[in-house]
Amino acid sequence: MNSEQVIEVRGLSKKFGSLTAVNNLDLNVFRGDVFGFLGPNGAGKSTTIRMLLSLIKPTSGEIKIFGKSILKERREIYSKIGAIVEKPDFYLYLSAYKNLEILGKLSGTDVSKKKIMSMLELVGLDKRYSSKVKTFSHGMKQRLGLAQALLHDPELIILDEPTTGLDPQGMKEIRDLIIYLSREKGKTIFLSSHILHEVELISSRMIIINKGSTQVEGTVSDLLKSDKVKVTFELDKIEDALRAVKDSSWQKEFKSSYNNEISFELTKEEIAALNKFFVEKGFSVSAVVPVRSLEDYFLRITEGGSK
Amino acid sequence: MMTLISVELFKMFKKWRTYIGIIAIGVLALIIQTALYFTGKNMIDFQMRGMEDSFIMVGNLFNGYFIARMILTLLFIHIPFLVVLAGGDLLAGEATAGTYRMILTRPVTRMQVITSKFIAGFIYVVVLVLWMAFVSLGLSLLVFGSGPLLSAGSGIVIFAQNDVLWRFLGAYAYAVLSMTTVIFISIIFSSLVQNAIGPIVSTMALIIVFLILSAVPVDFLQNIKPYLFTTHLGQWNIFFNEEVDYGEIFKSAGILFAHCTAIYAATSYIFVKKDILS
Repeated sequence: MNSEQVIEVRGLSKKFGSLTAVNNLDLNVFRGDVFGFLGPNGAGKSTTIRMLLSLIKPTSGEIKIFGKSILKERREIYSKIGAIVEKPDFYLYLSAYKNLEILGKLSGTDVSKKKIMSMLELVGLDKRYSSKVKTFSHGMKQRLGLAQALLHDPELIILDEPTTGLDPQGMKEIRDLIIYLSREKGKTIFLSSHILHEVELISSRMIIINKGSTQVEGTVSDLLKSDKVKVTFELDKIEDALRAVKDSSWQKEFKSSYNNEISFELTKEEIAALNKFFVEKGFSVSAVVPVRSLEDYFLRITEGGSK
Repeated sequence: MMTLISVELFKMFKKWRTYIGIIAIGVLALIIQTALYFTGKNMIDFQMRGMEDSFIMVGNLFNGYFIARMILTLLFIHIPFLVVLAGGDLLAGEATAGTYRMILTRPVTRMQVITSKFIAGFIYVVVLVLWMAFVSLGLSLLVFGSGPLLSAGSGIVIFAQNDVLWRFLGAYAYAVLSMTTVIFISIIFSSLVQNAIGPIVSTMALIIVFLILSAVPVDFLQNIKPYLFTTHLGQWNIFFNEEVDYGEIFKSAGILFAHCTAIYAATSYIFVKKDILS
């Protein structure tokens, strides 16, 4: 990870009347990060993204992008940012091609047919380039949203729920595209999502916010490593296996057993060690099922409301 | 800035509602011309009744200028309602469609965006008035021919053929300023809401209310009447007076221009400060 800070947010707050949407939020996104931005509905994610993009003004706090204040050097910063904010909306009465041409012109980028068609091809819409956007499904608009975000080859890409409305294949394609942009193109990606599995798969660092405040922030692996996961082992000879566990140091991690399943609370490292333990004792492990993952971690963090 | 303006115009002229005003003016002008083609001579005879005994009439009074003057008078009252159809949508349309988020996260300032909207609105008005000039004056001259202009106001005035065209040009130029004021009002309303219907209805309502207030014979209202923009919208008529009162024209134009400037400044302030929540 590069230590160059791309987004630096300090003490960011936004109040709408008596409602505090974002409360004293701090954020650090570094160059090359795929930064997962998590939070339940109403946590303040979209408000934060709108403030990052200067669509709404913070009540207090400071936002620096590429080391510059978004409020003071907006134009220069915008030329390096591509974004989807909430659902991607377009001029429905224009074609996909014309929408990209307009937005490309406003970005001051190359709007040659070749460039626009290559973007449409990247998101799988090249065959529908002349269709009016009003004929597009939500998933197609999402893809077009990605195309417009990438059109001017930005350094930082801010994506707000980019896979919403996509089918599983489409979701995978977008995930693969994000990974490609990060790993092959070196883009920094700020990814807001409620699909935690998605964040777990592609993010290097993440933050969970709730009620406008930071709950946890760090690398995905560190956050999950430090937390125990409920894991169920499916085994043969269950009675013998339970005795073996009772006679070992794994007893303290034991939670329950049912039919041919034994459940434990384990860290990720302990899962492998316990599996090895069973195999070495001669048991046949037919399945290892983690029933707690980021989802569970997320729920505990957001419901608990504290770190 | 030129890019923004061209983008705004492109978007505007890709919308069906933009053409409602243009089509309406074209159709109405053609209907009026057709009706006058068959029955207009009677109108001239009616206006000149009793004068034949005292004056010798030479030349063709039932000509293109007469028709154009009539169309201008008939249509001008309604053009504001056509203009706001496009103006009311300029900003509210972006809010409705959610496209603010797309355009305001590009390397353009909000001042540039709002200025391009106003310029696009102004260009639309110019196009609409030029179109009206073409269908009312251009076509009428082609079909009915040229001649002296019979102008009925407080009295009957007949302008010589070579003394007419500049009056029309002046009237159309003034009409551009009048309609620019109207479209600017619809743009400021458009900046406050997220639906184009609101600004259209609000602008129409404002014009109607001001016209009613102007007509109420109460001292207070008569005192503020000179400052209401509606008082000055129809001052293009002065160009068809025997003696054109330029002082009056410049005063009215100045008041409309001041309205436009104030509206632009206020809308820019609102738009720059606005939180984009759509």
